[in-house]
Amino acid sequence: MIRILRTILSNTTCTDAPPQLDAHALEQAGIAVRRMLDAQCRASLAIRQVDAGSCNGCELEIGALENPYHDLERFGVRFVASPRHADALLVTGPVSRHMAEALLRTWDAMAEPRLVIAAGDCACNGGLFGTSYASLGGVDQVIPVDVFIPGCPPPPERLLLGILAAMGRHVRA
Amino acid sequence: MNNSPAWLQELSAWGTSSRMLQDRILLVTVAPEHWAQLAPEASVRQLRFAGLWADVRDEKLEVNACLARDGWYVLLRATPLDGTMGLPSWARWYPAADRMQRHAHDLWGVRFGECNPPWTRHGAWKADEAPLRTPVTPQERGRDRYPFATFSGEGVYEIPVGPVHAGIIEPGHFRFSVAGEDILGLEERLGYVHKGIEWLACGRKPAALLPLASRVSADSTVAHSWAAALALECALGIAPTARGVVLRGFLAERERIANHLGDVGAICGDVGFAFAKMQCSRLREEWLRCQHGIFGHRLLMDCIAPGGVAVDLDAGHIRLLRANHRDMLQRWQNIAPILTDYPPLQDRLLNTGRLSTVAARGLGVSGYLARASGLSLDVRHDRPQPPYDRHPVQPCLQQRGDVAARLQVRMAEISASVRLLDALLDDLPPGPIQEPWPPGMAAEGVGVVEGFRGEIVTHVRLDDQGNVARFFPRDPSWFAWPALEVLVGGNIVADFPVCNKSVNASYSGCDL
Repeated sequence: MIRILRTILSNTTCTDAPPQLDAHALEQAGIAVRRMLDAQCRASLAIRQVDAGSCNGCELEIGALENPYHDLERFGVRFVASPRHADALLVTGPVSRHMAEALLRTWDAMAEPRLVIAAGDCACNGGLFGTSYASLGGVDQVIPVDVFIPGCPPPPERLLLGILAAMGRHVRA
Repeated sequence: MNNSPAWLQELSAWGTSSRMLQDRILLVTVAPEHWAQLAPEASVRQLRFAGLWADVRDEKLEVNACLARDGWYVLLRATPLDGTMGLPSWARWYPAADRMQRHAHDLWGVRFGECNPPWTRHGAWKADEAPLRTPVTPQERGRDRYPFATFSGEGVYEIPVGPVHAGIIEPGHFRFSVAGEDILGLEERLGYVHKGIEWLACGRKPAALLPLASRVSADSTVAHSWAAALALECALGIAPTARGVVLRGFLAERERIANHLGDVGAICGDVGFAFAKMQCSRLREEWLRCQHGIFGHRLLMDCIAPGGVAVDLDAGHIRLLRANHRDMLQRWQNIAPILTDYPPLQDRLLNTGRLSTVAARGLGVSGYLARASGLSLDVRHDRPQPPYDRHPVQPCLQQRGDVAARLQVRMAEISASVRLLDALLDDLPPGPIQEPWPPGMAAEGVGVVEGFRGEIVTHVRLDDQGNVARFFPRDPSWFAWPALEVLVGGNIVADFPVCNKSVNASYSGCDL
């Protein structure tokens, strides 16, 4: 047990190492998000994520926002389980015909004002999957979108910048 | 054919004709009246069901069923009799055939037996329409009444979940029947992310097929695009370059490690062991950043090209990668013993979500799901194609078939794959990374690749101009999902997330 605890402690220290590579950009973007949130959302933004037909690539990168490197929650942004608790809807994938109703009902369940962020090329315009018998194309074909984050998939830092853009757009509206 | 196993010769005796499609893949054309008999004949010879898909060639509907054993694959092909548009169902002998038959029925209009409840269609087009044969008239999906199995008894209740789940995951519907806390039964309803991949593939040039194959399921982007490239190459009889093939193996092993790290962290996280989740997600992030720096994409999308790969390594990259591997192995060996030695964690994982060897074999699962239940199945070992012919892989086996076993298989594979990465770098031959692509012709081929999740079988058929006429990527999730229904039985509802994570089946990979 002592051996385990000792290893855990030494590893924990290792986790807390400051972010590398994009540390500066991330810090800056994060602080900017924080200021917006303080002004608009009483210091927090609750996001409900919906996969409307993606290949799971965008989900992997959104999930990476929660790892120790990006640690999204330090900026007051967190993912919630219910649309009724959410300020923003983060949608990925082309909207498959089978998911259109579920997406619409999730959006309906949100309290206003509500933001919609389309993450990834498919959510922006249908991407590789376009419009077909099975796909309706981009998210804006089903619900109004405030901000588009391109990329296949968009890397975590671009997703964070997208959240910032969403807040800016919200201020203007 | 002379050195082929006895069971293969017995099975091909049922056919009207047979030919070797490629190395250890036999195509047998059978008469539709023998279709029903073939399932028990294959089953008694312990053949594993490895997929079923429909196709239309020369205006004629045909059905392909893929069976496998010991690294051999046999493709049985039958054309339903005119007017019937149907074949007998194999679901009685191979339960996993059920959903694939219903998928083929919804998209191609081929009937299997008397009962063909919708699977992929969801009421978005009419029951008698087949979008892959003729254009359909989309209709409101509506509140179609799906025939869920019902459980009855005192105090039995249902918990419907999804398609929109609580976490950051793909959509699908789960219907739990529960008594107290125990799960009596789980029924999955999938198909929500059906976005027409098979339809989109038709008419594409071979090079344009790979971006689509890369996005069948993003976590297996290398494996799926490799399988598609392999099928194309086998069809046209070309071999990828020696350097290209080693780099393919390299990319596939990196993908395996990235996904296993994510899964190990998530399994531990689902039982509240946040330490492991944080450590593994940190390692995964470092791993992805290294990939971004060297290959230009964090998830390695679009790195495989027909005839080889689209990315190359120089001496500087190789130095960086070796340091990256050394670093990973050292950190991983620091964390891994904690997970196996930590009683509170093992207490939650041992005996949770058990899949018996018999059930695993019956359902035809592959990958870690099979290996954790004592089935020695690994395409890299059973069918050692380059580069695995020079770098033999021993399947990492466990016997218990519970969540802890699936965790252990993944953990062992992380260490083994990091070592394999170094061996592949040692063996990296010089030369071009891509073979020039030959002019197209009518041909077909099959690609079999061990992705992180298990065996991927991809069938590609080209038309006279060399464009794609049929693309069917068979993800291992087709078999993992039914296995999840079986292995959660008797567990408590609160353990479903960890059971689900330990299986980690793809929605997109089988909704297509």
